[in-house]
Amino acid sequence: MKLFSTKGKTKSDIAFDTIILILCVFIFLLVAYPLYFVVIASVSDSTLVATGQVTLYPKGFSLFGYQEIFNDSRIWIGYKNTIIYTVVGTFVNLLFTLPAAYVLSRQDFKARRFLMFVFVVTMFFNGGLIPTYLLMKELSLINNMWVFILPFSVNVFNLIITRTFFESSLPKELFEAAQMDGCTHFQFFGKIALPLSKAVISVVGLYYLVGHWNDFFTGLIYIRDYSLQPLQIVLRDILLSNQVFAEGAGSGGAAGGYAQKYADQIKYGVIIVSTLPILIIYPFIQKYFEKGVMIGSVKG
Amino acid sequence: MILPAIVIIFIFNYIPMYGVQLAFREYDFTKGITGGEWVGLHYFKEFINSYMFADLMKNTVVISLATIILGFPAPIILALIINQVIWKRWKKAIQTTVYLPHFISLVVMVGLLNVLLSPNSGVVGHILATFGWDINLLASEKAFVPVYVLSDIWQHAGWNSIIYLAALASVDPQLYDSAKIDGASRWQTIRYVDLPAIVPTMIILFILSMGNILNTGFEKIFLMQNPLNLPVSEVIATYVYKIGIISNQFSYSAAIGLFNTLINFVFLIAMNYIAKRFSNISLW
Repeated sequence: MKLFSTKGKTKSDIAFDTIILILCVFIFLLVAYPLYFVVIASVSDSTLVATGQVTLYPKGFSLFGYQEIFNDSRIWIGYKNTIIYTVVGTFVNLLFTLPAAYVLSRQDFKARRFLMFVFVVTMFFNGGLIPTYLLMKELSLINNMWVFILPFSVNVFNLIITRTFFESSLPKELFEAAQMDGCTHFQFFGKIALPLSKAVISVVGLYYLVGHWNDFFTGLIYIRDYSLQPLQIVLRDILLSNQVFAEGAGSGGAAGGYAQKYADQIKYGVIIVSTLPILIIYPFIQKYFEKGVMIGSVKG
Repeated sequence: MILPAIVIIFIFNYIPMYGVQLAFREYDFTKGITGGEWVGLHYFKEFINSYMFADLMKNTVVISLATIILGFPAPIILALIINQVIWKRWKKAIQTTVYLPHFISLVVMVGLLNVLLSPNSGVVGHILATFGWDINLLASEKAFVPVYVLSDIWQHAGWNSIIYLAALASVDPQLYDSAKIDGASRWQTIRYVDLPAIVPTMIILFILSMGNILNTGFEKIFLMQNPLNLPVSEVIATYVYKIGIISNQFSYSAAIGLFNTLINFVFLIAMNYIAKRFSNISLW
């Protein structure tokens, strides 16, 4: 961007910069305001929020919504399950993806073109919901925590990103030199390839991690057991099916009015609580975004 | 070292493909996928002749086309705008913000829509009311597609702009210099330097999105569905789920699913062919 220095600007350049600035402010507000609003609404009096009096800062400050959320056992079960699925799942993903990508990156591996084709086909063609469902049933993966972890533990898109990275960043000479010193493929992979590939491991790991954290589909289709439900299913019940109080009031009467009054505050709070982990790690992972896309786009 | 990955892909991707024959068989609970009576195209005919067929096709195509037509240019425009921001910190701040919604889960996203668009208590509901628009965006047939598409753009345009920003970052600076020497205005630089630089990326992404034309986001539509918007929100994917998983009509549902996959495949091949004819850029 050195081209557009402040010196020697013409009138049309200034007009152009102004338009860009206005557009940016507009986009920024459009994206940021709803997020900010959820934060202030979660600590404001629901009645004031509902009548549109909360716009720029919280009014009628109360943490009642958060209290209710922390007392709700479903949230905790969901949280615990999702953390287990995410941690174990991401570990298994990497365990399967990294070695496979390494093998596919070796020019001397004869079956690589054929195997690559076998993998890529699955990106465009699949058996569909019902045959997959019946397969899970036969493997007794229904109502089983492994259904979150094993199936699709190799994502072909991530596999290609990793393979491309290995191909472009591990020169052939490096392996030849290591081989001279009596290094096997396994040793080379563990001791040389992996330590050199932190960038791609963090990017692909991040993709898998976010995928597991946000996975709603698996819980919806394959899990009936209440105690195995991931956070996203619990969130659906609270946010969309209006089952705000698990062990609390039903509808109607004074209790119903009470529930309605705080229902919205609880919803805003749940949105914050469930997105918090992502928000916390976001600043740390952000620097990898562009790197990740660059790695992946070198070669489709 | 590659064996575990092959096993996983084989079991969970290829065995279901074999199971596709279920669409041509009568499913028999006692005999499994391949044990049922062969019925040929019976279920396909049943689907095409069913009263749901026209609506399902129309809804699926309308939602997909709207998502592509409006959603495809959005990240490109966004990337071109962000690329023009001179002040580094502003640029960083705006990028951080627009990427963020991508990480919000779909459930939370739809939850967000519900609380913000609610006609009684949501912000957007209030804003619309002040303009005299008394409409419940969540339960209206007319509003479903716009709400779906616009919220999709809100959530993903920022993230999808990364790939264009990466392409723009790799433009040779000499091109900008020579454009300037030739007296190009900044509009002209965008028009003649930036845009051509990202065309290859655009074509590839466009082909890929066309291949998904009927695979409209099951999860989001499913979560946004309610009895009032069902006439416009029931798509093939949600119907397959309801018929198959909820009503246990496995064969019928598998046939509809396969029908969907086949049309996707035809679209993908057709788009790839067209792109190859006109620009020499293609997926294979």
